[in-house]
Amino acid sequence: MPELLCVRNLKVSLRDPPTGREGWVLRGVDLRMEAGERVALVGESGCGKSVTALSILRLLPRPPMEISSGQIEFKGRDLGNLTREQWLEIRGREIGMVFQEPISSLNPVMPIGEQIAETLRNHSGLSTGEIRARTLSLLAQVGLPDPPRLLSQYPHQLSGGMCQRAMIAMAVACGPSFLIADEPTTALDVTVQTQILDLLFRMTEEQRLAVLLITHNLMIVRGHADRVVILYLGLVVEEGVPGEIFRHPQHPYTEGLLAALPEVSHKGRPLYNIPGVVPSPFEDLKGCAFADRCPRVERKCRESAPPLLETRKGHQARCFYPSGK
Amino acid sequence: MLLSLRKVTKHFPVQRGLWGRPTAFVKAVDMVSLEVGAGQIVGIVGESGCGKSTLGRCAVGLFEPTSGEVLWDNLEIRGLAASQKRAHQRKFQVVFQNPYASLNPRQKIKKILLEPLEVHGLLRPTERLEFVKGLLAQVGLTEEDLSKYPHEFSGGQRQRIGLARAMACQPDMIVLDEPVSSLDVSVQASVLNLLSRLNQEKGIAYLFISHDLQVVGYLSQRLLVMYLGAVVESGKTEEVLRTPRHPYTKALLAASQGRWVMIEGEPPNPAKAPWGCTFHPRCPFAEDRCRQEKQQLLGDDNAWKVACWKWDRL
Ligand SMILES: Nc1ncnc2c1ncn2[C@@H]1O[C@H](COP(=O)(O)OP(=O)(O)O)[C@@H](O)[C@H]1O
Ligand SMILES: Nc1ncnc2c1ncn2[C@@H]1O[C@H](COP(=O)(O)OP(=O)(O)O)[C@@H](O)[C@H]1O
Ligand SMILES: [Mg+2]
Ligand SMILES: [Mg+2]
Repeated sequence: MPELLCVRNLKVSLRDPPTGREGWVLRGVDLRMEAGERVALVGESGCGKSVTALSILRLLPRPPMEISSGQIEFKGRDLGNLTREQWLEIRGREIGMVFQEPISSLNPVMPIGEQIAETLRNHSGLSTGEIRARTLSLLAQVGLPDPPRLLSQYPHQLSGGMCQRAMIAMAVACGPSFLIADEPTTALDVTVQTQILDLLFRMTEEQRLAVLLITHNLMIVRGHADRVVILYLGLVVEEGVPGEIFRHPQHPYTEGLLAALPEVSHKGRPLYNIPGVVPSPFEDLKGCAFADRCPRVERKCRESAPPLLETRKGHQARCFYPSGK
Repeated sequence: MLLSLRKVTKHFPVQRGLWGRPTAFVKAVDMVSLEVGAGQIVGIVGESGCGKSTLGRCAVGLFEPTSGEVLWDNLEIRGLAASQKRAHQRKFQVVFQNPYASLNPRQKIKKILLEPLEVHGLLRPTERLEFVKGLLAQVGLTEEDLSKYPHEFSGGQRQRIGLARAMACQPDMIVLDEPVSSLDVSVQASVLNLLSRLNQEKGIAYLFISHDLQVVGYLSQRLLVMYLGAVVESGKTEEVLRTPRHPYTKALLAASQGRWVMIEGEPPNPAKAPWGCTFHPRCPFAEDRCRQEKQQLLGDDNAWKVACWKWDRL
């Protein structure tokens, strides 16, 4: 069976118009997903999570950004040279999208139900009656109360969590096989966040839907992903199943992130503080991107860039000196 | 006691009738009592809209409560003469989530940090610059930063500037309203370490407000959990988080650890708070009594308190 998604060595450049300098937002991202797989893409702000998603969807802001090399295959098909029409078809039907701010992704002047119905009208051959029935069943499926009433309600009449449920209903309306969710719960309250993630993952099971869950929050991915991918400065630095990542982090960046999380049990002791700051996309990097902040840095790290290698079973890290070795 | 709140309630009008008379109110804060001793860190946690910021503003005198009392150094604010109030106000500072919004973009850091000293007439004019340089060092910034403008700093650095400005007033207490909520984990850790150090070295007390239970739990000695304007559980932080009693606290704790949350739905609009126990529509254990009876905070003033009559049967 072919992989669902295969991103190979994706590089995205960034041009700074005033100076004409060229920088790198993605420095060679590899990402593979199988059908029905739930992958969490995690990293701090600016590391390139959204740009990865936008590259897959061919929605990069161009300029200033440009895919300068790499390959993206979806269901064995090269996404590199599709027509505008083919893209509209893929984005509406095969790949669903959910973003951070549901309120700004929904059309404020169109009733919720109508927006879902429109998606169905554009991408399916259903009759008017079938569209109505399908809309109602989608709204019920994402746990929204009183679907008939929602047909005529506007986004501003719903809470943030309900809007996000409506977004999910719209994203899965045409039965996509792949869903990209970019910080889908970041704007929501904590008790609502888990509800939305639970919903997302129930949908993956019911519809054999693969999800790329993008988030800066390590804690929420714990129970909600088959695989975790950690991004730093436009590179995958670590990858593995959640249990591995949380119990045996291999890359010093992942170790640092986990040690920086405050916990009650850690009271009275200082939190680990990753020294320094994230370099800018315009910085020229010769060795490892994390070298300047790394507690284990050696000469080799500054001279050449480490590859992503398997360090434990089902666990990869981009480090010459992974933890415990 | 440095700060005492006694049955503080704050209502905002949300609807006005003819002649502009308010016809409906939101109970942003409802009968909240708390105390903060010198050098103590008290945490307040709850979801957005539960009244944390309103409570924080009442505590530093930015809002006047609709009813109830706020006491600074055992003196009720309402009873203070204007000059007395000003003198006390200096000792109770506040730092907000987005420090950028509260820093004048056209002022250099030097001016921003000198201003509180001038306003409050602290130190001799000749000593002030040295003091400000010392402040900057304490929050991890450098002398060169004095001649920069706020926009030249990152989010974490701006939060440090906001903190330095509050510290310039030589406060006894700072209300920290979501001070790390917009920061990345690694930056958050450095700001939390800084706050912890300032508390230990200077003995500054904090009323620490956050929606993140792990952050509040890490820093605070006592903890209050708020829901729809009211405290639903309070006590020593370690105890509350080891054995949370209120179903809402249990849910917050589970959510903060990425575990399954047993409650459903979202907090209702505070202007339309439910009857009886305000939490009952989301509570998996609710029964008739919960729908009819308003919950009182049960328990001991000094130990823990919980606003659930059946907490010991959950
Ligand atoms: N429209 C844009 N113009 C210029 N730079 C951008 C733009 N969008 C993102 N960037 C830069 O690209 C990098 C990656 O951004 P992004 O993928 O949005 O990060 P995140 O991981 O937070 O989603 C960052 O350095 C960011 O500053
Ligand atoms: N100045 C105001 N006027 C009217 N309503 C307000 C005002 N400030 C806050 N509120 C309302 O009071 C409630 C509590 O708000 P707030 O204290 O900001 O909560 P939190 O900080 O916990 O998110 C909310 O319903 C909010 O809409
Ligand atoms: Mg992003
Ligand atoms: Mg607030």
